[in-house]
Amino acid sequence: MPDSAPTETLNLPGNHACALGAIAAGCRFFAGYPITPSSEIAERMSAELPRVDGVFIQMEDEIASMGAILGASMGGTKAMTATSGPGFSLKQENLGYAAGAEIPCVIVNVMRGGPSTGLPTRPAQGDVMQARWGTHGDHPVVVITPDSVPEIYAQTIRAFNLSEQLRVPVVMLYDEALGHLIEQVRLASSGDVEIADRKWATDPQPGFLPYASGDDLVPEMVRPGDGFRTHTTGLTHAENGFPTQDPEVVDQYMRRILDKLEIHKDLIESYETIATEDADYLVVAFGITARAARRAIKQAREQGIRVGMFRPITLWPFPVEAFESIVDGKCGVLVAEMNAGQLITEIERYRPAGCCIEGFNRIDGETITPRQILNSLQELADRE
Amino acid sequence: MSETDKQFNIRDYLREYLFPHFLCPGCGHGIALRALLWAIDELDIDKDRLAFVSGIGCSGRLGNYIDANTFHVTHGRPLAFATGLKLARPDLEVIVITGDGDCLAIGGNHLIHACRRNLNITCMMLNNEVYGMTGGQVSPTTSNERYTTTTPFGNHEPVFDACALAEAAGAGMVGREITLQTPGLKDVFKQGLAHPGFSFIEVMSDCTEVFGRKNELGNSAEMVLTQKASVRPDYLEDAVDQPFHPHHIKTGVLAKNDRPEYAESYRKYIEEMKRERDHA
Repeated sequence: MPDSAPTETLNLPGNHACALGAIAAGCRFFAGYPITPSSEIAERMSAELPRVDGVFIQMEDEIASMGAILGASMGGTKAMTATSGPGFSLKQENLGYAAGAEIPCVIVNVMRGGPSTGLPTRPAQGDVMQARWGTHGDHPVVVITPDSVPEIYAQTIRAFNLSEQLRVPVVMLYDEALGHLIEQVRLASSGDVEIADRKWATDPQPGFLPYASGDDLVPEMVRPGDGFRTHTTGLTHAENGFPTQDPEVVDQYMRRILDKLEIHKDLIESYETIATEDADYLVVAFGITARAARRAIKQAREQGIRVGMFRPITLWPFPVEAFESIVDGKCGVLVAEMNAGQLITEIERYRPAGCCIEGFNRIDGETITPRQILNSLQELADRE
Repeated sequence: MSETDKQFNIRDYLREYLFPHFLCPGCGHGIALRALLWAIDELDIDKDRLAFVSGIGCSGRLGNYIDANTFHVTHGRPLAFATGLKLARPDLEVIVITGDGDCLAIGGNHLIHACRRNLNITCMMLNNEVYGMTGGQVSPTTSNERYTTTTPFGNHEPVFDACALAEAAGAGMVGREITLQTPGLKDVFKQGLAHPGFSFIEVMSDCTEVFGRKNELGNSAEMVLTQKASVRPDYLEDAVDQPFHPHHIKTGVLAKNDRPEYAESYRKYIEEMKRERDHA
């Protein structure tokens, strides 16, 4: 780490913590475009990257920013971009390229109210499904939803590690309130941060297959200049990297890039549980909403309603097995989210027999309060 | 034929194992690629250091056949990818291959900003006046009154002059050439590759199968001879660029502008910052 790298405990807004987490993870390229409420990430990166011999560039639009980080990543540099709703929509095209050509990259989406220009300065959690299915076609993507400023810092580092190890785009998904919330963060010093790098191909033999993989389903990455002279394309390709329409080869390729996440789910999946063991009811919440849920659970228990919480940290792939084992035997589940009901559609897929699933949704540009969650829990309990 | 021409063997630069290639008979794109590789050969650029970034369309597929580091990216975005690649890896010779639709329509925003930044990238835009791969739709460079599958009554739209656009937007070097003048085209590429800034080179290519057939422009030989009659090479005294004039489209190097190169000025910016920090 350079001499200027801070190693102390700082009070930081979430967006600055994200930028510093990226630097700690080894990010040395950032391309972005100004958009509220994510711009502080670009601003902080523009100050930090020159100090570590990295490159910051403000591109002409969100599409170009996403393209530029993929270009940098294909050149061998860890790269990130940051945006919000309308910009996230524009990034989907090249996010799909990253998924298909397996180019590591981290995309931060600081959620604001939508649709369209929506509520630029207000928090929302309306991009749950866009983060999973925003680009066309079946594709792998990892989505991480921190709920505090220290967790934004730590999970941004983890986002880079996962992206590099699995050659998959990783989305950091949090809302405006967390992006601007100031909390204390203990920064990692060079020794105590775990950094994962992509696997590099090292032996440029004739007939080298850049998209062949071992049991881990992750091909080694080729660095331009190392003598491989391979082809990278967004077209569906064979192991040699060149486009193909052979149904058998297409099927193998598609299943590999999707199975890649399935076989590494222990590495990817992350979640938090609170007081779930004796609970009759469960709150499912992520990000800023989980903070309100924590308080509501405590208050509900004081009233004799036994409630626990399941908080997915990896939102996609959703930690299915963990959730299924926890929800088993519960009387009811309350899914609280700042959208009209997106995560609940995933939760309903795993509804045990006799379990009631209700949503609490806020779509007015305000965060959900502990009182609102408590009221919903009381209604759920009264119904029994 | 010069000494160097005898030595240049295009096969040294091709992935022949992918042949037969996909270009139609009479297409000018292959000749343009030959001129580009010839320029690279004369400049003795190491293939391992060569990175081609191409977009979508017939032009974009040329990268497949080049024995180098080749990146076939999304429609209209090769300049955006190339910007990231070149900034992350200044040691690479980054060349963009794009077409009139890829570069001027869907990618137009990236082109003007690439020209403005003046990063050391060479951009070859193959202009065949049409979206060939999708079956022959009108493009921003389709000549007036030409028929395409989406201008069944003749094109009524004004035409983009890509070179004038690139020059106005600040490109370090701007050139244009026809495929029939292959040695001249090679020389324009050599100047572009050697220029320390953003070089924009428009190749007047021809789409015989789709555009030529639809407009009864004759075979490939007739199409390139018509092109030849429409241009005035820059060494002629009366070579004044009148882009839409039937006989006065200027070819050769049209503009050179010694503006600061982007990566160079970024490095100075960082050095300045470090100096200030050390003094602080």
